[in-house]
Amino acid sequence: MAKRILIVGGGLAGTIVANGLCRQIGPMLRSGAVNITMIGNTDTHMYQPGLLYVPFGKIREAELFREQRKVLDRRVPYFIDPATKIDVENKQVITESGKAWKYDYLVIATGSRIVPESIPGMAEGAHWFYDLEGARKMRDALEKFEGGKVVVNVNAPHKCPVAPLEVTFMLYDFFKRKGVLDKTEIMYTYPIGRLHALEPVAMWAGPEMDKYNIKYETFFNTKEVDPEAKTITSEEGSTLPYDLLVTIPPHNGQKVITDSDLGAGGWVPTNTKTLHREGSTDVFVVGDTTNIPISKAGSTAHFEADTIVDNLASLLMEGRMARDYDGKVFCFVETGMDSGTYVWFNYTTPPNPGPPSQMIHWFKLAYNRLYWLSARGLL
Amino acid sequence: MSKRTTIDAKGAFCPGPLMELIAALKLVEVGDEIEVLSTDKGTVTDTPEWVNKVGHEMVETVEHDGYWSVVVRKAK
Repeated sequence: MAKRILIVGGGLAGTIVANGLCRQIGPMLRSGAVNITMIGNTDTHMYQPGLLYVPFGKIREAELFREQRKVLDRRVPYFIDPATKIDVENKQVITESGKAWKYDYLVIATGSRIVPESIPGMAEGAHWFYDLEGARKMRDALEKFEGGKVVVNVNAPHKCPVAPLEVTFMLYDFFKRKGVLDKTEIMYTYPIGRLHALEPVAMWAGPEMDKYNIKYETFFNTKEVDPEAKTITSEEGSTLPYDLLVTIPPHNGQKVITDSDLGAGGWVPTNTKTLHREGSTDVFVVGDTTNIPISKAGSTAHFEADTIVDNLASLLMEGRMARDYDGKVFCFVETGMDSGTYVWFNYTTPPNPGPPSQMIHWFKLAYNRLYWLSARGLL
Repeated sequence: MSKRTTIDAKGAFCPGPLMELIAALKLVEVGDEIEVLSTDKGTVTDTPEWVNKVGHEMVETVEHDGYWSVVVRKAK
């Protein structure tokens, strides 16, 4: 009987696993010894980092999307049938249609979601760019903005950890070009005692913000937003007034994870090296879904997915694991509308970002297109 | 009865031990404890500073061979 690989989730992580496996185990797929199936929630695949550019009118919405069927290798059947219960005891996934999908190996790639509704008043009073609807509303708000107090508010946990700094510096450039900077005050808040989780990035960001007269407050974890009074209050007891509130909302994993008792908050306890679900050798977890204490980012998903591809292919062909995930993360950092830098690190190598340049900004713009090659497993 | 959850954030550069602690505290009940294991000595000073500011409780800080264990109880 064919070995069945079931991938739950059609985002970047699941798609790289599917496409990468097809490249490595082609003969086994042809002979019928193995089959790969993916189940997901939507017929489109979104390039999520592109959302950062939407509020500033720097990208066309259509550029963010491709048909998932076209991104995915044709040898992988794709079904839009959201998972409602992942049953690792009985090696099956139940979906909205009522179908039970049996597997020999399962890859959980369900990702994360923003939960602004978890903080009183945030959904009503704040703007964000972490989904398309929010990014569109933020674009409208920026168009109407004629000056005032802007608060950029960061909450834990969140994915794409450099995006809060990127949007802050991009807002500065946007207001300058719009001619409203002299009537605008930008305040940046961050949950821990420095301006970014990565110490070298925080050390770079402080003087940059001072240079641009961007104010900041650390140890700020949002307790509530008052959309009427236009104030935001922290658990630490600070209240800030705003005319425009841009938030990085807190994130959770997907409901199907908590509904299946696979992990608090929707984060699945995962071995940091093998990427096995803790307690399972036939279940891999990839991307934002893991509880591994590293950045939730597309690059993390990519490097983890590559590891799972190598290990699954080895298990199928030789009955052994091939290699460990080394914790690699790589992030471009936009430092304004025309400059950027990058940072990479892994479990043993600390980050050490270089000076920003226009060339790295162009690389990032190029990657906005090259992403589709990553998803196809070609890059 | 209160329970303790351990986060192994040894060698975690981003988002780092304190951010992991803040996120984990959102998922537990008042009275529950979070233990963070960290190789970053800054955790030993950053965590009590934040815990005092926000109003949770420090339970203990223990130095092990090459890492620290910092335990916080959710108070509100």
